[in-house]
Amino acid sequence: MTAAAASKNISQQTIVFAIFVLMFISFSIFLKGFFSAGNLLGLLQNVAILGILGLAMAVVVIGRGIDISMVAVLAVPAGLMLQLAQEGYPLSMALLAAVVIALVFGLINGWLIAFAEIPSLFTTLASGLFLAGLGQVAFFRLDVVQWSTSLDPISWMGRGTLLGVPMPVIMFAVVAVLVAFFLKKTRLGAFVYAVGDNPIGARTTGIPTRPLIVLQYVIAALIGAFAGMVMAASVNSMPTRIFNSTLIYDVILVVVLGGIGLSGGRGGVINVIIGTALIGTLLNGMTILDISYSAQNLIKGIILLVAILIDSFLNPRNEETAQQGDI
Amino acid sequence: MNETHAAKNGVAAESWRDRLTRWRYDYWPDHVLGEILAKRWMETAIPVTVLLIVAFVLSEAIPNFLSAASLADTGRQAGEIGFIVLGMALVMIVGGIDLSVGSMFALTNFCALFLMHVLKWPVAAAIPVTLIFGAMLGAVNGILIGIFRLRAFLTTLITLIIYRALYELLTADYATAIAGGMPDSEMWDFIGYGEWAGIPVVVYVYAAIAIMGHILLTRLRPGWHITAIGGSRRSAYNSGIAVRRTVTMCYVSSGVLTAIGGIFFASRLATAGGDIGVGLEVTVLTAAVLGGISLGGGKGSVMKALVGTLIVLLIINGLTTMSLDGGYNRMVLGAILLLAAAIDIRWLKNKHRIVNKVYVSPTYHALPPAPSTAADCGTPWAINDRLRPATAIGLGRIEGPEDVILDRNDNLYAGSRHGDIVRFLAPDYEKMEIFAHIGGTPLGMAFDRNDNLYVCIGGMGLYRVTPERKVEKVTDETNRSYSSVNDDSRLRLADDLDITDDGLIFFSEATVRFEMHEWATDGLEARGNGRIICYDTNTGTTNTVIRNLKFPNGVCIASDGKSFLFAETWGCTVKRYWFDGPKKGKTEIVLDNLPGFPDNINNSSDGNYWMSLVGMRCPALDLAWRMPGFRTRMAKRVPRDEWLFPNINTGCVLKFNENGDVLETLWDMGGKNHPMITSMREHRGYLYLGGIMNNRIGRIKLDNVDTSFVQYDKRWGKS
Repeated sequence: MTAAAASKNISQQTIVFAIFVLMFISFSIFLKGFFSAGNLLGLLQNVAILGILGLAMAVVVIGRGIDISMVAVLAVPAGLMLQLAQEGYPLSMALLAAVVIALVFGLINGWLIAFAEIPSLFTTLASGLFLAGLGQVAFFRLDVVQWSTSLDPISWMGRGTLLGVPMPVIMFAVVAVLVAFFLKKTRLGAFVYAVGDNPIGARTTGIPTRPLIVLQYVIAALIGAFAGMVMAASVNSMPTRIFNSTLIYDVILVVVLGGIGLSGGRGGVINVIIGTALIGTLLNGMTILDISYSAQNLIKGIILLVAILIDSFLNPRNEETAQQGDI
Repeated sequence: MNETHAAKNGVAAESWRDRLTRWRYDYWPDHVLGEILAKRWMETAIPVTVLLIVAFVLSEAIPNFLSAASLADTGRQAGEIGFIVLGMALVMIVGGIDLSVGSMFALTNFCALFLMHVLKWPVAAAIPVTLIFGAMLGAVNGILIGIFRLRAFLTTLITLIIYRALYELLTADYATAIAGGMPDSEMWDFIGYGEWAGIPVVVYVYAAIAIMGHILLTRLRPGWHITAIGGSRRSAYNSGIAVRRTVTMCYVSSGVLTAIGGIFFASRLATAGGDIGVGLEVTVLTAAVLGGISLGGGKGSVMKALVGTLIVLLIINGLTTMSLDGGYNRMVLGAILLLAAAIDIRWLKNKHRIVNKVYVSPTYHALPPAPSTAADCGTPWAINDRLRPATAIGLGRIEGPEDVILDRNDNLYAGSRHGDIVRFLAPDYEKMEIFAHIGGTPLGMAFDRNDNLYVCIGGMGLYRVTPERKVEKVTDETNRSYSSVNDDSRLRLADDLDITDDGLIFFSEATVRFEMHEWATDGLEARGNGRIICYDTNTGTTNTVIRNLKFPNGVCIASDGKSFLFAETWGCTVKRYWFDGPKKGKTEIVLDNLPGFPDNINNSSDGNYWMSLVGMRCPALDLAWRMPGFRTRMAKRVPRDEWLFPNINTGCVLKFNENGDVLETLWDMGGKNHPMITSMREHRGYLYLGGIMNNRIGRIKLDNVDTSFVQYDKRWGKS
C-alpha cells in the first residue's frame, strides 16, 4: 500500500491489521500465558487449517466467486483416503483417489458456474451438500474415520515440527507461498484478477474466462483436499460431521475481513494471513479467558461487525459506484 | 372492375398444394406460441413444472404422500417456512441477501416461547411483542446494510453468528423453564394446531400475507421502488427513490415475516432445542432461487417464492418419509437443486432468444399476378412523369411527414419523426413553426368541425390538438379481445383516421403484434394483425370495429356518410365498411390486387378519392408470401437486417371511385424527383404530398380541377 493511498484511504486491511495488533498487544499485557512461544505456536497451529482454506477461498473470491462447498471438500477426499487405507488399499491408491475426487469435484463446480452459469453461491451450496451426502452414503462407515498406520509415510503433513514450528503452520506457509506465486507471478494469476475485476472486460480482451473460472474452482478444491489431509494427519482422524459446523463462515470471514472484497479483483495472500491472524488471536485469547463457545461466537461476531462498520465509515460506498449484484 | 374479376379467378384457381398450405396456416395459430412464450408469467413455468414433477414422483413413490393429513402437515410447515421465504424474496428482490434468517427464526421462536411459557403472558400481548422483536432483529441488518451501506452477505453472515450465539446463551438458561411451563391458552393451541375446513390456520394467514405481498410488489409504489432498486440501484437513486429507507424496510420486513414463522413454529412444537433454525438459511435461499428469484436482485414475485417453498418442502418431506440415510437426503437435495437451477437459469437467459426465434410467424398470403404498370400497358396504371414537376416545401427542414393536411385558412400541417406537428404558413409556405409537440410518431391527421386537429400517433394512440395548440390525449386503449394472448388493449400503431358527421372517429391500427419500427416484420408475417377502431366523441368510448386486417392504413369516410373506405397495405386492397344504414356491418371490396401497397386515402375535388401507393409489389415478395415455411426459416436463420423487405422507395398517387375504377395515376418515372408518397391532399388546385421517408412536402399543380376546393370546407361547411 502506497503512502499516498494510506494517508487518503485507510483500507479495511489496515484497520483489521490495527485491530489485530491492538488485540495482540492487550492480550500480551493483560492475559497471563498468552505471550509465550508455546501458546503462540499453538495459536498458529489452531488456525493453520482455517488459513489454508482461506487461501483456497481467496483464489475463488478474487475471481468474483465464492465456494461454500469447501468444508465438504475438506472432509470427503481426506476421509475417503483414510477409509481406503483402513480397508487395506495401498497409500498411493488412497492418495490418488482423494486427489481425483477433489479434482473431479472442482471441475464439476467450475463447469456449473462457468458454463451452466449458475451463481457460484448457489452452485457450491448445492454441490457441497451433494458431496457431503455422497461421502456419508458411499464412503464412510462411521462418522469419524481413523488414521491407519499404512498412511504414516505422509503423516509428516500434519504432525511434528520443523525448526520448532508445527507442521500445519509450515504447510500453511507453503500453500501461502504457492498461491502468492500463482496470483502475482503467473499470467493465469493475473487473469484471475482481471476476471474478478471486470468479467465482461476480461472476456472482451480475449481472456478465456470460462476455463479460467473452472481453474479457480479446481485449485480451490485441491487446496481444500490438501487442508483435509493436513487436518487428518494432525488430529489423527477425520471427523466427517465437520460439514455440519459453521466452519465455512469462519473461512469466509477470514478472507473478507482480511480485505479481499467479495466483488472480486482485489486483495491477495497477505490479506488472508492478516484475517487468519486476527481470528486466531481472538479465538486463542478467549479460550485462555475460558469464555464459553457461544459467548466466544458472540464476541467474535460483534468485533467483526465493528470492524466492517469502521471500514464503511472510512471507505463509504456511494450509490454511484456500487456495483450491481454486489451483495 | 375487369381486373378485380380476374384477380378473383386467379385466387380460385389455386392448386391443391396451395390450398393445403393455406388451410394449414389459416387454422393453426402459429403466432400464439411466441405470444405465450413472451408472457412474463412464463418465467415461473419451469419452477411450476419442477413442482408438478416432484409432487408426481413423490406421490408415486410414497403411499399416502398426498393424503389429506399429510398435506395438512406439509401445509403447516410450508406456512412457517413460507413466511421466511417471503422475507428472503423481498430482500433478494431489493438486491440483497439475508443469511441471518435461521438464527432470527430461532430467536423469535425463543421469544414467543419465553413470553408464553415462562412469563405466562396472554397471546394478544405475546404475539405483537414477538413481531416487534423480529422487526428489531431485522432492523439491525437493515440499518447496517441500508443506512451504513455494509455488504449484505457479510453483514448478515455476522448477524447469523451473533444471533445464533445469543440464542445458545439464552436457551442454556431458559430451556428447562420453557419445557416445564406449558401455557394454558386455547388461542395459542389454535394457532399451532387449529384448522378451518381441514386446512391449518397458518395456511390462511400465509395466503392473506402472500396476497398482500403480491399487491405490494405489483400494484403499490413501495413495491415498485423495491423492484427498481434491485434492478438498478444507481438508477433508482438517481431518480429520487429513497434507496436507503426502502432497503432498510425490506430487512425489517424479513425480520417480521421470520417472526411470524417463529410464532407458528413455537405454538406448534413448543421447543427451544439447540438445532432449531440451523441451516435454515440454506433451505430458504434454495427455495427462493428454485422459485426463480434471481440472486442479483430486481426479479421475483410472491408466486415464485411460494412455488420454491413447496418444491423444497416436498423434496425434504418426501426424503424424510422414505426414511433414507441422511446422506441420501443431502445428495438428492443437492442434485435436484443443481439440476433445477441450471435449467431455470438457462431458461431465463435464453427465453428472449427463443421468443425472438418463434415470435415472427409468417402465414400464407397469395395474391394473383400484379397488373402491369408498364408505360405502354394501355391502362390507367401506365407509368408516367406527372409527379416530376413537384416542388418542395420545407426541404431539409422536416423529417418524415407521413400525412399532410390543410386547414380552412390554407395553412399546411404535417407530422415529423421528432414527434412534432409542424405548420407551414400560407400563402408561400416558407415560414415554418412547431404547431405542437406531442411525441411518438405523428401519422394520419384529420380536422373536426371545431378546428380540432386529430392525430394518430404511432406508439401512443389517438391525440387531439386544439386551435389553442393544447395537446390532449383522446384514447390510447380499446376493449381487450378475449381470444388474444397478447394484451391488445393498448394501441401500438394507430395509423390513419377520419371523422363522421356524427362525431365517430374511425381509425386504423396497423398491427397489434409489432411496434412501429417493426412494421416491415409485420409485412413479413402478412397475417391480419391490424384492426379498425372507433372512438365515439359523444360518449368518449373506444371499441374495436373490424379485426384481422392486413396492415389497415388509410381511412376515408365515403360519400354516403354511412360507410368508410380503408386500405389494407399488405392485402393490396381497398375495402368499404358500412357502420350504419341498411348494409350496416358489411364489408365489400372496392379495389383488389393493386400493383403496390396502398396507404392513405383522401377526398378529391371531383367527388372521387386520392390514394397513394407507398411502394410497389415485386414478384420475389409475392412468391415469398405464398411460402410461409421459407419466410419462417428466413426469420429464424438470417439476421434481421438481411430479411426480405417490402419496397417503399417508389410509388404513385392514384384516383379511384367508389365503384372500384382506377381513373388516373401520377408517377415519377425513374424516381428522379418525388417518388416516395404516403399521403396526399388536394387543396385549391394543388396536390400536397407527404412521405414518411421524405425530408420535404411535395406540391404539384393539378390541371382541370376545381381550384376553390378546400377539403375542410367541403367536409364541415364554410364557417
